[in-house]
Amino acid sequence: MISRLLAWFGDPANWQGLDGIPNRLLEHIGYSLVALVVALVIAVPVGLWIGHTGRGGVVVAGLANGFRALPTFGLLIAAVIVLSGVFRGKTDLGYVLPTLLVLVILGVPPILAGTYAGVHGVDRAARDAAYGMGMTGRQVLLRVEAPCALPLIMSGVRSAMLQIVSTATFAAYVSLGGLGRFIFDGQASNRFEVMLGGSLLVAALAIVAELALAALQRVIVSPGLIHRR
Amino acid sequence: MKYVGKAVAAFAVAVMALAGCGGGGDPLSKTDEDTKGQENKSGQGGGEALVVGGANFTESKVLAEIYAGALNAEGIQATTRTGIGSREAYLGALKDGSVDIFPEYTGNLALHYDPDATATSAQGWYDAAKNALPKEFTIFAMAPAQDNDSVTVTRETADQYDLKKVSDLRPVAPELVIGGPPEWLTREKTGVPALEKTYGLEFQGEYKRFNPGLQVQALKNGQIDVTNIFTTDPAIFLNDFVVLEDDKHVFPLSNVVPIGNKAATGEEKIGATLDAVSAELDTETVSDLVKQVDIDKKEPKAVAQEWLKSNGFA
Repeated sequence: MISRLLAWFGDPANWQGLDGIPNRLLEHIGYSLVALVVALVIAVPVGLWIGHTGRGGVVVAGLANGFRALPTFGLLIAAVIVLSGVFRGKTDLGYVLPTLLVLVILGVPPILAGTYAGVHGVDRAARDAAYGMGMTGRQVLLRVEAPCALPLIMSGVRSAMLQIVSTATFAAYVSLGGLGRFIFDGQASNRFEVMLGGSLLVAALAIVAELALAALQRVIVSPGLIHRR
Repeated sequence: MKYVGKAVAAFAVAVMALAGCGGGGDPLSKTDEDTKGQENKSGQGGGEALVVGGANFTESKVLAEIYAGALNAEGIQATTRTGIGSREAYLGALKDGSVDIFPEYTGNLALHYDPDATATSAQGWYDAAKNALPKEFTIFAMAPAQDNDSVTVTRETADQYDLKKVSDLRPVAPELVIGGPPEWLTREKTGVPALEKTYGLEFQGEYKRFNPGLQVQALKNGQIDVTNIFTTDPAIFLNDFVVLEDDKHVFPLSNVVPIGNKAATGEEKIGATLDAVSAELDTETVSDLVKQVDIDKKEPKAVAQEWLKSNGFA
């Protein structure tokens, strides 16, 4: 099995064309990034608002965590059944939209929780000092609370990225591309080394994404926050 | 605090006790309820009952129930054991005796043992299967019912391009999108490569890979124009799809045919019963039986019993 796996990785034909590893990798990264950005756009403002005002936290956080419990696969199929009937004809939208929907639903709870907890847990002294200096609510939020909350926000983003990258394999179940293509096609043609190769690639991508975000975190988080810990 | 701690501990114990009482049976076991029935019956005459196996798709399960039911009606003890997965798995079971009879398909069976087999008629494929079969197996008479791969399009597409045979696709293929199960793309002899080679079909864009569950829907909604649906699938007549004629004989013809382990099925009466049932199974009948299970949600055994009764076998 290992020798077949190595042979699969070593075969140059597997590194070119539509079915090649680079193309599937790019597709996978594409789905993951789009989903992550949409999740950020939804979760960060809401999280900042809840953390800053302290209102609505229970309801929104409860809803978001409730979404975590949704069976991803079931939701994907249900969404495909509905949306592929809406987007008929030669378009992939009926499959792309459900996939992104499911990935965004997966990515929002960690980011929301991290943002909300981060802003809420900002050192009281810093917040009081800011108000004392005469900053308005919004200025406090954007200039003091958000930067101080960055470590927790980033940890939420990293957690979301991990979930999104690993679940984006499902795009292949509904006829799209991505690294899941190797997993499902390998299974269908009884070639388990292809399945294994695909899985290893997903794991590798997840690790690389994690490292990239860790590096980003080091860059954007203020050094003062790190030394405090 | 002490009181709360005791309450929590008592609650945890109660939960665990209730969980322990719950459902029996090995959750990892892959075979169906039929095997429980078999375990109950094996007490009598230890191993005298014939076991009719079935794969893990509806059609196979219903056929297994029909053959077993007919044998029982003739006084030959038979039970079923369905849910056995792929061809490799159930042929192995037939060989080692855990299953005695299995409803198979002539063309695909022939190709399994002899990948270079060719034939152009149902009888031809039956003979090919018979010749290719290992010595320890025996093959009974085939049924008229055929369940083949197909090249299928919607009624609208067929009308729009005036399609009756697969050859008719050649001029219009570049405008059409093909899709289906992932393995159909790569199979040399009976997959898309064969369509390209024998019919010269070049379709638009990429092959869209769907698992069977989503394939019918994709055809209906126009994300794909051409796909491979097995010919007894009720989806074909329910959605008014058109199966194009395989005029260059790329696909094997797969008639339903029971095969058996020679050692267990030597008795004359067994073969006679199976043959009598097979004679009455045509494609529409099998298709309808599958529909009753998949669409009407009836139990395979009940569907089989009803059919046997109304055809004078039980």
